[in-house]
Amino acid sequence: MAELDTSGGGKKGGKIRTKKMSTRVDLTAMVDLAFLLITFFMLTTTLSKPQAMDIAMPDKEVKDEQQLTVADNRTMTILLGSGNRVEWYMGSVDKPLTPPQVDNYGRNGIRKALLEKKKEVIAMTGDPAKSLIVLIKPSEKSKYRNLVDILDEMAIIKPQTYAIVDIFEPEIELLKREGLYQ
Amino acid sequence: MPRIKVPRKSTAIDMTAMCDVAFLLLTFFILTATARQPEPLPVDTPASTVKIKLPDTDIATLTVGHGKVFFGIPGQDIRRSLIEKMGTVYGIQFTEEEKKRFSVMESFGVPIGNLKQIIAMKGDERNREGLQPGIPIDSVGLRPSELHQWVYQARLATKELHNQDMRVSIKGDANEKIPEIQKVIEILQSQNVNKFSLITSLRGEDY
Repeated sequence: MAELDTSGGGKKGGKIRTKKMSTRVDLTAMVDLAFLLITFFMLTTTLSKPQAMDIAMPDKEVKDEQQLTVADNRTMTILLGSGNRVEWYMGSVDKPLTPPQVDNYGRNGIRKALLEKKKEVIAMTGDPAKSLIVLIKPSEKSKYRNLVDILDEMAIIKPQTYAIVDIFEPEIELLKREGLYQ
Repeated sequence: MPRIKVPRKSTAIDMTAMCDVAFLLLTFFILTATARQPEPLPVDTPASTVKIKLPDTDIATLTVGHGKVFFGIPGQDIRRSLIEKMGTVYGIQFTEEEKKRFSVMESFGVPIGNLKQIIAMKGDERNREGLQPGIPIDSVGLRPSELHQWVYQARLATKELHNQDMRVSIKGDANEKIPEIQKVIEILQSQNVNKFSLITSLRGEDY
């Protein structure tokens, strides 16, 4: 290895020898530091890139001409209220097929209802292509976080189609009744 | 009974090769890491489970937070063309120096009338929190809002220079009220941008 030969040149009787020193350095600490920095840079480069959630909104102009009629019994309306809570019902607001229910976000909240209803709708139509339709109606009192949460839920559940729609007065009344419009 | 002596081995290992590899990797990661740009409007993006990464080029970012909207677009050539276009729309003359300074500004949020002041400032001064009041998003009379113009002119510039359709992303604060976001979405929809991305951070696995 890289050890210098320091013994040369001492042929005469005097024999003044310089002491042989080891050139080995303990690299353990240096390696530790290097790996720490590697870990840091690896994590920051891969994690710093933000995620993008693509959404497509319905076209504004043609909306009025071709009103899409959707089957009542396949439509689930989700109202986003305040306090990170949602209210949902099947069918239309004046004649809901299930009474409006208040739920939370996440695995134990709205997802259970969504999965259950998706299964029911597929069983009812007998055609996997004719699945659940979800209308998302964010109220003025909900937060942007809620909208992203529910869109995320859509990405997990994969209903046939979903749309973000403006909320109507009777639905605001529903939210008010449950205290979700504060 | 003679004791059996286990010969003691040295625990020191040659670290040279390991050290070499470690520093090689370290150099690689340092060089590939992109420096994070300081943001004039820091927002806390909501988490989601989507794992699609955001593209780097030809995507404008509308940062929405605390009731303010900031606009940012990557690419110096595009920013340069953008400020020229905005100057013609609003009848403001920008000097060559100002155009150059604007082309290195990553993100900004001022009414067009105050743009010259912001351009004249130093980088760290400019990004001080609460200094920039946000781009006006309300239309005045028949004139479209300034944000509308920024997005529209940026789309034109991207198409001209890169022959690409500009994508729009919205980077909203998690606690931002929905009406503010809806206003921004409405501005986008009024110029037929119906598809856009919401920027989110990554959520843990067991959601």
